Amino acid sequence: MHLDPVLLSRIQFAWVIAWHILLPAFTVGAASFIAVVEGLSLATRREVYVRISIFWTKIFAIAFGMGVVTGLIMPFQFGTNWSRYASAAANILSPLFAYEGLTAFFLEAGFLGVLLLGRKLVPPWAHFFAALMVAIGTLFSSFWILSANSWMQTPAGYEIVNGQFFPKDWIEVIFNPSFPYRLAHTVVAFFTTTGFVVLGVGAYLLRRNRSVQEARTMMSMALWLLTVLVPLQMVLGDMHGLNTRKYQPAKLAAIEARWDTGRGVPLALFAIPDEKAEHNKFAIEVPLLGSLILTHDIDGEVKGLKDFPADQRPPVAIPFFAFRAMVGCAGLMLALVLLGGWLRWRGRLYDARLYLAACQYAIPLGFIAVVTGWFVTEVGRQPWTIYGLLRTAASVSPSLTGSDVTLSLLGYIAVYLLIYPSGLILLLRLVRKGPLETSETGPAIEAGRPAVPVPARAISVAKGDVR
Amino acid sequence: MTQVLDLVPIWTLILGLAVFFYVLLDGFDLGVGMLFGFAPDARSRNAIMNSIAPIWDGNETWLVLGGLGLLAAFPTAFAVIIPAVYFPILVMLLALVFRGVAFEFRFRDAENKTFWDRAFCYGSAIATFAQGVVLGAFVQGFPVRDGQFAGTSFAFLTPFSVLTGVALMFGYGLLGAGWLILKTEGAIQAAARRQGRICLIGVVTAISIVSIWTPIMSSEVAARWFTWPDIALFAPVPLLSGVIALGTWRALGSQAEAAPFFGAIGLFVLAYAGMAISLFPMIVPYQLTLWEAASSPRTQAFLLVGTLFLIPVILTYSSWSYWVFRGKVRADVGYE
Repeated sequence: MHLDPVLLSRIQFAWVIAWHILLPAFTVGAASFIAVVEGLSLATRREVYVRISIFWTKIFAIAFGMGVVTGLIMPFQFGTNWSRYASAAANILSPLFAYEGLTAFFLEAGFLGVLLLGRKLVPPWAHFFAALMVAIGTLFSSFWILSANSWMQTPAGYEIVNGQFFPKDWIEVIFNPSFPYRLAHTVVAFFTTTGFVVLGVGAYLLRRNRSVQEARTMMSMALWLLTVLVPLQMVLGDMHGLNTRKYQPAKLAAIEARWDTGRGVPLALFAIPDEKAEHNKFAIEVPLLGSLILTHDIDGEVKGLKDFPADQRPPVAIPFFAFRAMVGCAGLMLALVLLGGWLRWRGRLYDARLYLAACQYAIPLGFIAVVTGWFVTEVGRQPWTIYGLLRTAASVSPSLTGSDVTLSLLGYIAVYLLIYPSGLILLLRLVRKGPLETSETGPAIEAGRPAVPVPARAISVAKGDVR
Repeated sequence: MTQVLDLVPIWTLILGLAVFFYVLLDGFDLGVGMLFGFAPDARSRNAIMNSIAPIWDGNETWLVLGGLGLLAAFPTAFAVIIPAVYFPILVMLLALVFRGVAFEFRFRDAENKTFWDRAFCYGSAIATFAQGVVLGAFVQGFPVRDGQFAGTSFAFLTPFSVLTGVALMFGYGLLGAGWLILKTEGAIQAAARRQGRICLIGVVTAISIVSIWTPIMSSEVAARWFTWPDIALFAPVPLLSGVIALGTWRALGSQAEAAPFFGAIGLFVLAYAGMAISLFPMIVPYQLTLWEAASSPRTQAFLLVGTLFLIPVILTYSSWSYWVFRGKVRADVGYE
């Protein structure tokens, strides 16, 4: 069997980043949620907010811990597997990554200890401040990483000398044409994901009749947020789509599985794209809708894949199906939000059993949408690492052999298949306990990592027993 | 843009400091992780874990800055070095994953606590060994063609790199022991003093072997150290190392609580300085100088502006975090 280092490196990168992205998808929103709840607790002095904060801080701690260590792997991938990409693009991209480290990672890490373990060691305002800094850190991180990713999708502000990219204008590099849309779309997706987790956990607790007061507060807060964000996300997604049509037409054609350029094109709801025959099988299409959605004009022109040489087209099936999965999740989300609003208006939000169950099972929706959306944008960028300029096949480390990457890929697969299920089990266990038990079993300061409390200035030894 | 100022020396300094900060900070908490494996009971394991739980994350961030700083300031070096040590980097990353999640998992997963305890201890040990191997492979140098690594994937594995791997385990162990002496009391502290002495013997032995082996392996290094007047200029490095090693040995046997940690730091500073003296101005030893591997002045300037502003801010709030968790740690009540 021939082991292709390019293909295997792509699979390895997809593997490590697809698992990694699940964690920021939750922690970016969770950090902000915790900061808001901490702020409310500081402002209102209501106990319920403290209990909610302690509960979510524990969940956040596990997710964030996993996010840190799996995120550590990412920058090294550029060197281990994509060294030619690294040396070609470093002059432009590395400062963006480095600024992520300087502005985001250190901020998060520096204040995380205080957020998780310092509740009783510092005054309440300082604890709130730590929560705020961690939240801001996660947002800075999103800013830089999406700027770098967007630059790879829609490069700007550069010149090429001897096959290397050099910066000409940093503002153009950072604020490249797709960056604002990508940043907004991704951050809102992260917040939405967290929103559905909080909503679902609240619903679960209500169904089990536990921590009722906390669960109601969680559901209410999450639903208000989602009522704003889910429709907003649809508008942002549409704007992002228009931007993609302008700058990455081949990607858009792959998303739509559109082979021939045309006006007044239909929208394929379902199809099996056949890349060899350049044709869709079993297509179910709605006439004219494609042009209307993609161009906001019933007669608008949409480019087809046949306009691009075969070696410059992305794979079609993955973006096509992943996009439909993402949009499907969005539809379900909108339905849940609208239904929730109606139930709230009727005063039945917290005791409509079926709706609570639906919210509980909707917890994975945001994660599915994030991962499929990421597949759409990254697979759609192929066969380029830097769109239209540097091919993926020309980006890989020259010294790598297929068996090297097979070995490392197996290592990553084994470790992730151990770490992720373990983490998930622990998270589910925390959720099952609920906010009341989590704050009563340990002293109130026992916020983050150890069940054995680290900081316990005001707590008696008896209360902080070793378990 | 006209180049008025050569930024390469500034970036050399920044990157050198970032890597050194990483080695010291994650060094002591990886060392603590290894010594954790020798703790006799759950109670002392908890205390040992608690001594680094609030700060390990910040310490590890310096690794990201070191890696990204190398990519940003010396991309050609990054593109050569990282593929050349593909497997030690892989092993290090996977070990750091295990060790990192253990902080959260061991307290929450009572049935598998022993598994996560082992993950923490072995993860720390393996990550340290892998870093030491990377260091050894780096000092040996790599074949380069067209600005890319041109060797084979297992060329890193030599008796020398294995030696540096073991050496770093003793080194981090010594730092970890110093930290535990600082942060704990009683039996844990006494054990750390004993372990510190064993590590110190290992460190001194390893430094001695490496100091003899490197000049034998490389005539460039030999010429750097053993020609007049350099020999007089650099002689304080080995002499001072001897003095500090002796002082650390005595501090480990005394009641001193901070001295062993600072002694260990002193030894790392001198070993690091010795390496810098041997290799300067090479960033990929014997192949690429710092200037040959540097990124464009525009890139270096853009990143420098923010870095010079942000590093003091980072150091300020990181110190605050250390200050919040100051004092002795205990298994049950932690910080008092």
